[in-house]
Amino acid sequence: MSSSTKLSGWGRTAWSDTHLLSVECDELVNGLAGRELAIAHGLGRSYGDCAVIAGGQTISTDTWLGMSIENGVLTAGSGVTLESIMEHWLPHGWFVPVTPGTRFVTVGGAIASDIHGKNHHKDGTFGSHVVELDLLVANGDVLTISPKVESDIFWATVGGMGLTGVIISAKIRMIQVQTSRMRTVTSRYENVHELMSAMILSDRDNKYSVAWIDMLAKGKNLGRAVLSNGDHALISDLSRRDRKTPLDYVPKQRIHSPKWFPNGLLNNLTVRLFNELWFRKSPRQSKSAIQSVSKFFHPLDGIEGWNRMYGSAGFIQYQFVVPDSAAHLVPEIIEMFVRAKCPVFLSVLKRFGDQNSGLLSFPLKGWTLAVDVSASFHGLFELLDEMDSHVVELGGRIYLSKDSRMNPYYLGTMYPRLNEFLAVKNRIDPDHLFTSNLSLRLGL
Amino acid sequence: MIDGLGSVQSVVLIGGTSEIGIATLREMGKRKRLQRIVLCGRQSENLQRTADILAVDFANAKIELVPLDLINSGTLSLVVEEIFDAGRIDVVVLAAGVLPDASRAMDDAEYAVASAKVNFLGPLEIGTAALSRFRKQGHGTLVVMSSVAAERPRKDNYVYGSAKSGIDAWANGAADAIAGTAVRVLVVRPGMVRTRMSAGIPEAPLTSNPDDVAKVIARRLSRGPVTVWVPGKLRWLMFVLRHLPRPIFRKISRGGKG
Repeated sequence: MSSSTKLSGWGRTAWSDTHLLSVECDELVNGLAGRELAIAHGLGRSYGDCAVIAGGQTISTDTWLGMSIENGVLTAGSGVTLESIMEHWLPHGWFVPVTPGTRFVTVGGAIASDIHGKNHHKDGTFGSHVVELDLLVANGDVLTISPKVESDIFWATVGGMGLTGVIISAKIRMIQVQTSRMRTVTSRYENVHELMSAMILSDRDNKYSVAWIDMLAKGKNLGRAVLSNGDHALISDLSRRDRKTPLDYVPKQRIHSPKWFPNGLLNNLTVRLFNELWFRKSPRQSKSAIQSVSKFFHPLDGIEGWNRMYGSAGFIQYQFVVPDSAAHLVPEIIEMFVRAKCPVFLSVLKRFGDQNSGLLSFPLKGWTLAVDVSASFHGLFELLDEMDSHVVELGGRIYLSKDSRMNPYYLGTMYPRLNEFLAVKNRIDPDHLFTSNLSLRLGL
Repeated sequence: MIDGLGSVQSVVLIGGTSEIGIATLREMGKRKRLQRIVLCGRQSENLQRTADILAVDFANAKIELVPLDLINSGTLSLVVEEIFDAGRIDVVVLAAGVLPDASRAMDDAEYAVASAKVNFLGPLEIGTAALSRFRKQGHGTLVVMSSVAAERPRKDNYVYGSAKSGIDAWANGAADAIAGTAVRVLVVRPGMVRTRMSAGIPEAPLTSNPDDVAKVIARRLSRGPVTVWVPGKLRWLMFVLRHLPRPIFRKISRGGKG
């Protein structure tokens, strides 16, 4: 047995001791035979407690790195990161079908969280592009599953938070691009109502779309925002110089953040100042530009360890989605944060397209808002619980990959296919060998 | 599990009728995450009544009554094992305690030892078993009710104070021994608290209510310093008192438990 490691999610809250296991796939079967609780762990970018099991075996996928591409379908070990996929295949004209706001996620994690990106309204989630995958289940078998073969297990695994087994590898349909650059349009809006109207219109014409909101502005500027739209640039969009190397992929050198930040660094004053500068720096009139993939998709990846900025208390990312019929909740929630004088950094607003067949998949057609807030903020627990009650009432839900605090009582209402998921889970993992802190907490 | 904001789902209270203990359960319960409450204490009508009231107030939680007498050294850790065998525990609160009569304890050795079993040896045995299980399960917080009397006992509470010094020293040492793990020890040093135990004793300055102590405990369950004083100002007062020349301390320390 390996020794204990103290581990948390990206939000650095809810720490627990776990046995971190890094082995080859075939050894893993023996490791699981001890029947100790286990959960897979990729790069640990989920904010909450879903990829750790206290006192059990947290199975790192960091050695499962094989990768090949054939007819536009990528076969990759579950530990392969989106960063390495881009490094290897973007120069050949292949791009991932979906990327979240960071390239530091693994294929396994992307499937287990059924992640989404700026193109959800057009292309759906990551799981929607998985052709098939290999899943190690509790009895030691490796199942090859797809939307056609064992589709119930497949759709329990896509978005299933790792609770059906360990994803070993997956085949993913890639997209073809002419260049590694993005053709972008950035526009500024004075409040959230203007923004949301604009987003409804711009979604139709843009493959990628997301808005950054200043969560501290109030009154007639409530929810002022910068909307960023874009699509992959064509060769003809590039400058003459760039046309010589249209598929170059050089992610920006990463800045290491200090190992330690003082608590309370992100307070109302510093955050307000930052948000103000950021808003003013954005162009008043819509502005087109050619940007690199990393600048457009992964701006925060430039600073390694930015999660430590929140000090020892860590932080919560609160992400919910509500259906279009409840769009009014978006400004209401922003106002609740403002009224609570909560020092919130930039937040992200995005429109989702249709829901897929994932039994616990998060996205549903409507609006999603993601808000980072320091866990030390006084009254945060009650504030988020109140927001949850509105979200649930209006048919929305909380993203499990981000969660570390929601009321388990709401789970079945938020995820109406929960019972179908549990039926599959109980069939292929009757002893609940695959268990995480999240599943313990929520009774999943 | 304890969640990202320090809310608790399962808790064991040693000293099932302790007013500070019950106040702590109520404070935790405000967040509506409690699912399992284990009340340990001497079998009594009062314990049963406490359980009945909690069952009404926490309709969604399972309330378990576990008979346990801290006098019975050697059997206590088994009780802890059984509680953990039935399911994970997030928090164990060691809140049992007695305040022996100072003048009787001066001459009656058996009486003094009995109080030390409840205030020190019993909590030590349970605390040891609980910490061991916490380390195995990979998470958990042990809350140890100490007292400012542990820092500077007075002539009218030194038997109590000596036992509290013992459990306080054990808990602080244990906290250092497990530093770097996700298991946590919280040592709480209140001054005088308005409870049954202190009824009839003249009130000392900086006296607090059980609710005040409970709030501090609930806030410090998952993060912050190991040792906390209630109210916080007592930390500095005790710092001064600890360094006062003995004749002066003797002169100013009169009634009061703190």
